[in-house]
Amino acid sequence: MTYITKPKLHHPTLPKNALCHTRRDYEGKISTLCAGCGHDSISAAIIQACWELNVEPHRVAKLSGIGCSSKTPDYFLGQSHGFNTVHGRMPSVLTGANLANRDLLYLGVSGDGDSASIGMGQFVHAMRRGVNMVYIVENNGVYGLTKGQFSATADEGSMSKKGVKNTDSPIDLIGLALQLGATYVARSFSGDKKQLVPLIKGAILHQGAAFLDVISPCVAFNNHAGSTKSYEYVREHNDAVNRLDVIPTREEIQVDYEPGETIEVAQHDGSILRLHKIDPDFTPCDRIAASNYVQKHHALGEVVTGLLYVDPEPSDMHSHLGTVAKPLNELGVGELSPGAGVLERINGGLR
Amino acid sequence: MTMTPIAATNDFVIKFANVNGSGSASANEMFAKSIIRMGVPVSPRNIFPSNIQGLPTWYEVRVTEAGWLGRRGGVDLMVAMNPQTWDADLKEIESGGYLFHDNSKPLPKSRFREDVTNISMPLTQISNATYDDPRQRQLFKNIIYVGALSQLLGIEAEVIETLIGQQYKSKAKLLDANIHALHLGRDHAKAHLDPIGLRVRKADNVGDKIFVDGNSAAALGCVYGGATVCAWYPITPSSSLAESYQSYCQKYRVDPETGKNRYAMIQAEDEIASIGIVTGAGWNGARAFTTTSGPGISLMNEFIGLAYFAEIPVTIIDVQRGGPSTGMPTRTQQSDILACAYASHGDTKHVLLLPEDPHECFEFSAQAFDLADRLQTPIFVMTDLDIGMNQRLCAPFAWDDTRNHDRGKVMSAEELESGRDFGRYKDVDGDGIPYRTYPGTHPTKGSYFTRGTSRDPYARYSERGPDYLYNMERLLQKFDTAKALVPQPILRTAKHKASFGAIFYGSTSPAMAEAIEVLEAQDLHLDTLRVRAFPFPEMVRQFVLSHERVFVIEQNRDAQLRSLLINEFDLDPARIVKLLHYDGTPITARFIARAIAEHMRGANVSAHASETVA
Repeated sequence: MTYITKPKLHHPTLPKNALCHTRRDYEGKISTLCAGCGHDSISAAIIQACWELNVEPHRVAKLSGIGCSSKTPDYFLGQSHGFNTVHGRMPSVLTGANLANRDLLYLGVSGDGDSASIGMGQFVHAMRRGVNMVYIVENNGVYGLTKGQFSATADEGSMSKKGVKNTDSPIDLIGLALQLGATYVARSFSGDKKQLVPLIKGAILHQGAAFLDVISPCVAFNNHAGSTKSYEYVREHNDAVNRLDVIPTREEIQVDYEPGETIEVAQHDGSILRLHKIDPDFTPCDRIAASNYVQKHHALGEVVTGLLYVDPEPSDMHSHLGTVAKPLNELGVGELSPGAGVLERINGGLR
Repeated sequence: MTMTPIAATNDFVIKFANVNGSGSASANEMFAKSIIRMGVPVSPRNIFPSNIQGLPTWYEVRVTEAGWLGRRGGVDLMVAMNPQTWDADLKEIESGGYLFHDNSKPLPKSRFREDVTNISMPLTQISNATYDDPRQRQLFKNIIYVGALSQLLGIEAEVIETLIGQQYKSKAKLLDANIHALHLGRDHAKAHLDPIGLRVRKADNVGDKIFVDGNSAAALGCVYGGATVCAWYPITPSSSLAESYQSYCQKYRVDPETGKNRYAMIQAEDEIASIGIVTGAGWNGARAFTTTSGPGISLMNEFIGLAYFAEIPVTIIDVQRGGPSTGMPTRTQQSDILACAYASHGDTKHVLLLPEDPHECFEFSAQAFDLADRLQTPIFVMTDLDIGMNQRLCAPFAWDDTRNHDRGKVMSAEELESGRDFGRYKDVDGDGIPYRTYPGTHPTKGSYFTRGTSRDPYARYSERGPDYLYNMERLLQKFDTAKALVPQPILRTAKHKASFGAIFYGSTSPAMAEAIEVLEAQDLHLDTLRVRAFPFPEMVRQFVLSHERVFVIEQNRDAQLRSLLINEFDLDPARIVKLLHYDGTPITARFIARAIAEHMRGANVSAHASETVA
């Protein structure tokens, strides 16, 4: 958390988006995370994605749990309401917020401790309910805020800064999200902005449960030799399966990839996800194949990144529940209370 | 041994001993309702184990022309349909009482009591001779005994026929079959059974009262109160509340044009997620509630603290049961009072509403959402199993169509646009209640960051002592404001000037009303105060101070409300006598009257004021 507000002044020639906002209008307070923290790069990518997509900042609700990653919503989208909830419980609060007003964009930011340990239960249930949201785990394999303990996503055999070896199996959030019904599943690396920004944009446009696992090295406690979540390790072992371009509705489609190397996925809102395939064996429209692919490459010591799965026709929690189009928080007494006449009839039936 | 059979009209207790899952519940309910239709009040109670099929279950009906709706204690007529519990059931009958049983397989004389009149009827034989299907044999056996009992007690056949007609309106086949079974029972009783001393006589003491369980009533209150989000996790005895909410919503909350729902319900993965969903929905401007019981409250504690400190409207309905731990999940208690009043770590205090019956379950549940929005804090509706899972005669539900939902202090886009200062945690009206904004209200004004950490009046993170103190003191101020907004206590003054007083709440109410009458008959007079909410208004303190001794009657071991009184008002514990009943059965007038009488008579001899009577 920070109490320092960024100065509002900026260069007059900064580019503006369709809402006449500059990128600066999407910023938040000054980060208090360590210099070089991967999380700050993710915040920057969120800002870039929202700016490029002309998202109205105040129509975003950003929610988080507790931990270094969960502090970051204060550092972007200063005009959005934010909610720093309790440890591991962001998914339920986001679910409730989404039920109250289906018209906002819900951005959940969590960490590996928050989502894979204390909040694992809530993580999986939010996925299976199909909450329409962008759920980003800033995954560094370590508890930063309590100074360097292993998290549940740390790889077996990886070493802590203090020289302790992790002997437990890692939890694979991607695997869980795929299995539990998330309809947009991607992994990226905080150091790869080119890949990350389009993946966030695709997730924002996706009208269902979108999950992004973003490897985000902890410069203070998990960026040493022996760590499998360090900048160096991830750069060396990154296996990018595709590169994504996101083309929002109504924009002219420009082809700049060779035919045969790209596939296009039209999302329900009309936007196009254009994937430049790097690995010809991989197509992100098959849940089971994606799961197998990720597992196979994990066994080889490779970190698969890119868009791993997308369902272009997702259904979300509101469609499951059959709720009205008008946000529930806007319904008034006339729409909610059946009135005195009905109550009199109910009384009559109870005599 | 000579024995005089009990003779009583419109004032007796009949208890049905059944096997869980045998279909007896609806037959027994029909029996109770038939007496109500005769204009005679009844007060039935389910006594059941934590089980779905096979274990014993009882249904106790107090027939009470005087309208005493508390449990009386004792049994005048036992309908013994469960061989497993025969011995214990037999023992429970008052001397001079009656035993109704199935003698299809005769029992030796040694299994009966000499001071109890036996009413033997070959129920199984009659049923098996009439029906082929095993399930039908079981179900109609229940109706046959209802028929026989109605004949013995003088309940008119037409009354039950009407009830059956209403129940099976659209199922003609079932209707006829039930009427047939009813008359099988009546005819047998007329031909073969001797008249008994217990009678139901037509009266006019029910009036416009309704007969409903507290969980349904609270659920309906949530519908009228404007709840749009319900998140819950199944737990006895609260599950039927959520299920009732669902079925009322299916009737009354579907947009007639689109067929879409004006509500959302999530059966969450646990109670933590339930309260999390409710917190998120409340933060985002929807009226949201969860319903649970003691163990759920324990799990929700962290979130309750967040909602208190971050000031988020939340409604929690706690249908209390016997604790601690899994405790007695199908028995009643008032043992979550302290756990809810001070729920969560750090300094916290919460608003509790204490309904006495289904009527107030409806009333208080609807009001809880107004209070939650007005006070921006968790509101607990503290009902219990005795109110929640038993049908109770009570005043009809009422709703004024001019009533609007009080959404509290919410700053609109127009107000923000006009340049009005917005400090999310700033007290601008002197009542401790700040303004809030819903997410998405205004492009550049009114956004803030909600957090469980301390902050300044403008919601900016702050660990400064003065900021923290400002906030904590303001929360106290807000709690003080709540005193005038919550349901006020109800004072009943004794006919003669009384130096004794009694404080009680919730489901103790009907037993207390009856006990006062019993005590007055013994020339023992005391003023009573039924508290209906926490925080207590000042008049509660005055009540205690204006009496020499005050009894606090509760259904828990540790005198929890008494602790609250002493703690909040800094009262001398010596003047507050605890009367506690907590064995899981509902408290009775007999218990209260006896305990108070002993104390009042012994009061001249200086007794220990805080002695427990249990």
